[in-house]
Amino acid sequence: MAEIFVYIPHKDGVADDAALEMVAAARKIDAEAPLTALVVGDGADLDKVCEQAAAACAKVWKVSGEAFAYPNAEVIRKMLVNILPDKAVVLVAHDTFGMDLSPGLSIKLDVPFLSDVVDIEALEGSSLKIVRQEYGGAVSTRVSCDIGDGVVINVRPGAFKAEDAAGAAGEVVDKSAEAGDLSCGRRFLEVVEAEVGDVDITKADVLVSIGRGIEDEENIEIAEELAEAIGAVVSCSRPIVDAKWMEKSRQVGTSGQTVKPKVYMALGISGSFQHLGGLKGSPFIIAVNKNPKAPIFQVADVGVVDDILEFVPELTEKIQEM
Amino acid sequence: MDILVCVKRVPDTAENEIEVNSDGTDIERDDLVYSVNEWDNYAVEEALQIRDKVGGSVTVISVGDEESEEVLRREMAMGADGGILLSDDAFEGSDGRGVAAILKAAVEKGNYDLILTGAMADDGAAQVGGMLAAMLDRPFASLVNHIEVVDDKKLKVGREIEGGNQEMNEIDLPCVLSIQTGINEPRYVGIRGIRKVASLEIPVQGAGDLGIDPSTVGEAGAKVRRLEYFVPDLGEGAEILEGSTEEVIEKLIEILKAQGGIK
Ligand SMILES: Cc1cc2nc3c(=O)[nH]c(=O)nc-3n(C[C@H](O)[C@H](O)[C@H](O)COP(=O)(O)OP(=O)(O)OC[C@H]3O[C@@H](n4cnc5c(N)ncnc54)[C@H](O)[C@@H]3O)c2cc1C
Repeated sequence: MAEIFVYIPHKDGVADDAALEMVAAARKIDAEAPLTALVVGDGADLDKVCEQAAAACAKVWKVSGEAFAYPNAEVIRKMLVNILPDKAVVLVAHDTFGMDLSPGLSIKLDVPFLSDVVDIEALEGSSLKIVRQEYGGAVSTRVSCDIGDGVVINVRPGAFKAEDAAGAAGEVVDKSAEAGDLSCGRRFLEVVEAEVGDVDITKADVLVSIGRGIEDEENIEIAEELAEAIGAVVSCSRPIVDAKWMEKSRQVGTSGQTVKPKVYMALGISGSFQHLGGLKGSPFIIAVNKNPKAPIFQVADVGVVDDILEFVPELTEKIQEM
Repeated sequence: MDILVCVKRVPDTAENEIEVNSDGTDIERDDLVYSVNEWDNYAVEEALQIRDKVGGSVTVISVGDEESEEVLRREMAMGADGGILLSDDAFEGSDGRGVAAILKAAVEKGNYDLILTGAMADDGAAQVGGMLAAMLDRPFASLVNHIEVVDDKKLKVGREIEGGNQEMNEIDLPCVLSIQTGINEPRYVGIRGIRKVASLEIPVQGAGDLGIDPSTVGEAGAKVRRLEYFVPDLGEGAEILEGSTEEVIEKLIEILKAQGGIK
């Protein structure tokens, strides 16, 4: 078995939760394979990240330099192609950086790519069996891939249970000098922070959240009336924001807000992982969806199979009568 | 600017309940409603807006069977100048890399300044754009939610990153971008618009036309293979409230009260 490399996402000197989840995924591929953390960045904080990585991996490759001050996937891809050995198994988080980096990295390394992996089932010889999801999580697929010549695997954040960093006391090796030519056609300029909206959904105890099932802008009223009746705030899934029906600041999910209400009502929301990624603190989830097989019912506490356009107004009326 | 937009015909998840077929070899395809992949539609709209601002052309291209012609025609009705269908029995069963290799061969037959794809499609892999860019050795940016033409050598592009923040980049042309939903408001196409383009010819190119060795694409060339489709058993799942609507509402109100959901 070749070496397994885990690309450690980090911010302000702290490794992301996804780092230890990927260590767990690596162990599931092959518990015996030598594990190397890739810690890329710039500045004094980087050593703190190396320390955290060293607690979980036998080896840490540190690559630092001004070119890595911001994680530009095009620059990092070139560097990785320069430093990675043949037949490497590379694990990357399936976040907005991993989606940017990994498809191209797999081509340049000339190895297969496994995207958005949610489970690892078995390695038989060099044939790896993994699980993915398709159609927004409506179905899963069992997928096989020969990883004998190496592979790039994007691991879904939150899908694996983080491995305890069990004092691996890994050795930190500075690989910066081997980074090589980093010239590329894309230059990072700046990060523009998301606009702050009129309502802060992150502070709400109860959220009435609507998804594409609301069907029409005019129907949003239905959710607003329910929210008013129970003292909740209205939030939404991404398609509602894409359609410009609600402000971006109302969007729950990885590319929106992270919320931690006590009660979350998901009305006409299918339950994609990007949406659920914005739900923290294990709220009590009530889902109303006309499709009994909607993935949201797998994570919800209570479900109602019905048309929200009919069910919700009736519910609101009963509450108003109380 | 000559722009190529890669589009895919997919089952419309808003119109269908996607289910696994009886032997787990595919999803149930009977009676499925298909449409253009949501992300691709935003990519086509963006291309049209750029063309209308700076001039040039928009071509839409798809790897698929003959039925994919209908999505190409739909995007031409939106305003694309032409369409190309890449279709061959040898392409069937391609993995992401295979699709990117087929597209690469077609790109090299043309002369495009900018290539757009959707950020992802029905299989959720979000891979073809990045692979295509790497194969072509062109710069790439994913999840693009803003494009500004600086001059004929470069663009300023915004990428959507975590928390809805936006990462601004300068990128050299020619390049490949994968487009995120919400970047614009795609125009509506009516039946009339589609009728207008009904007689336009859409050339079909196969492996031979593209100079592709059939053993490198399709089922034969795929390194990533689906073994089966299934619905995972994720334990308990939700307690589904049963009964008449009235009974369900009564139960739900009790639950809401108990959980502090009613103030
Ligand atoms: C990089 C990236 C980031 C993303 N970030 C986010 C994010 O932050 N937040 C987010 O939400 N999404 C995000 N997405 C999009 C995500 O993948 C899904 O497309 C999206 O969450 C789907 O929203 P939905 O559940 O409202 O719509 P759909 O998936 O279309 O689901 C609609 C549901 O409504 C049900 N329904 C329809 N009509 C009715 C009715 N009358 N009554 C009852 N039920 C009905 C249907 O059965 C279906 O389950 C992101 C995607 C990408 C690629």
